[in-house]
Amino acid sequence: MNVADRQVTKVRDLTTEPFNTSTHLAHAQQQADARGYEDFLIVDVDSHHYENEASTEIADYVENEVMRNEILYQGISRKGISTGFGQYQDLGGRLVRYPRRKSEEVPETPHRDITLMRRWMDAMGVDIACMFPTPLLNLGLSPRVDLEVELAMGYNRWLCERVLQEDHRLKSMLYLPFNDPEACLKVIEMFGDKPGVIGFMVTSTRYRGVYDNAYVRTYRMLEERGLPLGFHTGLGGQEPGLSTCNRFLTLHALGFAWHNMLHLSNWVINGLPERFPKLKVMWIEAGLAWLPFLMQRLDNEYMMRHSDAPLLKRKPSEYMREMFYTSQPMEMVDNARALELTFEMIGAETQLLYSSDYPHWDMDLPSVIYDLPFLTEGAKRNILGGNAQRVFNLDPVLSERKRARQAEKARASA
Amino acid sequence: MSEILVAARDDIPEGGARIIEIGNLEIGVIRHEDAFYAYRNFCPHQGGPVCEGIRMAGVYDDVDPEGLFHGQKFDKADMHIVCPWHGYEYRLKDGVNVCDARLKLRKYEVTERDGNVYITV
Ligand code: FES
Repeated sequence: MNVADRQVTKVRDLTTEPFNTSTHLAHAQQQADARGYEDFLIVDVDSHHYENEASTEIADYVENEVMRNEILYQGISRKGISTGFGQYQDLGGRLVRYPRRKSEEVPETPHRDITLMRRWMDAMGVDIACMFPTPLLNLGLSPRVDLEVELAMGYNRWLCERVLQEDHRLKSMLYLPFNDPEACLKVIEMFGDKPGVIGFMVTSTRYRGVYDNAYVRTYRMLEERGLPLGFHTGLGGQEPGLSTCNRFLTLHALGFAWHNMLHLSNWVINGLPERFPKLKVMWIEAGLAWLPFLMQRLDNEYMMRHSDAPLLKRKPSEYMREMFYTSQPMEMVDNARALELTFEMIGAETQLLYSSDYPHWDMDLPSVIYDLPFLTEGAKRNILGGNAQRVFNLDPVLSERKRARQAEKARASA
Repeated sequence: MSEILVAARDDIPEGGARIIEIGNLEIGVIRHEDAFYAYRNFCPHQGGPVCEGIRMAGVYDDVDPEGLFHGQKFDKADMHIVCPWHGYEYRLKDGVNVCDARLKLRKYEVTERDGNVYITV
């Protein structure tokens, strides 16, 4: 088109325009369409909703009436229930979707969380998403173990009944109340076969070693059922050392990597991969930059201290290469060489699973994977969806929008 | 090059912004302290709608000549455009990213005439 002929085709007045997820992510949809995502499956393995906005609904599912009353009174995200340091990830109002999300209008049905999930998923080209809570990720720090159990049960029941069973595109690895190992077994038994449940999740900010004998039955049960166990990391600003972080940036950069480094190291060195060889273990939301560091560190020390890890038959990094990792927040955007080496070291083509972490501040679009120059088309598709499909045994059904676009394309080329 | 009418000057309130779409091209026109700025509504990070974010003054650490820290302050003279997707910040006056000057927003010339605001595309 000749520049001089250009006409204004649309004008948007931002002063009055209401917030809407689809508009917010319109560019994501353009990316999705430009890259032809309708031709393959994309699975997002780590995304979130705000369960605290449904506090009063969840309260109805909490059995203990004293606690139900407390949750009704103050919600589930304030101090005393899920505490946390340095929780200003919304950058003091700079990220508009935080303050404006609450005003987004949705139809009366389906559940608000379903509509919001569908909107961003369609925008980004995600077909299936594994959703995790937000404030409840801190629940493992509560000294009130009975509260963790009650709330985990209530939240899991609510999520299964009100959200997951209503939309086959939505999945979850459900919350395991890890401070009570017996309750973990109960949770797996109660929810392991529910529609949409594709595994179980432990929040990494907590204080009991993953090697504790108390967890052996949980690991065995998950292994037998073929259900992956995910460790979802967090800030953990209450750690004495990390509590010196006076900026969210430092706390987030260190804390999110640290908590998964800790549990992964304990996991490998205590020989859990040898004891539960079929259990699929996944490390969620810690990014990737810590992995080469930890592989080198553990391998080096293992060679000198075999008696600390006598169950191992191979080097720690070799076990790490058999574990699964979610991609976000993917660092090294400016250093393709470092990123490529990292991908190689963790066997990304089979072990890495795309995740957006939407709507959180450091979310990644599928294009962060799709645009990597060193990946083959096959590797991109594996990381964006194929690996998740295999690990979670998912039905590879594309979204309605993508199917419509495929049909349109077929019509156009006929 | 062609000049495109954005709006009557008074139709964009102080602190307000407009997105003009010309085919696939989106341009954000921002009014700040009575001046108008126009940038492509496209963030070089992950392609976010950068002009749809808020404008916020840059923050600085107030450190005196002795090296003592006296808190964080806003520098009102250094206004930033904040991309709403992840918070990348660009200087309102020239569109340069405040952390990495290699990242720049595409800038368009703005002219005011007879109470109207135009951009040159
Ligand atoms: S797309 Fe603008 S900050 Fe990420």
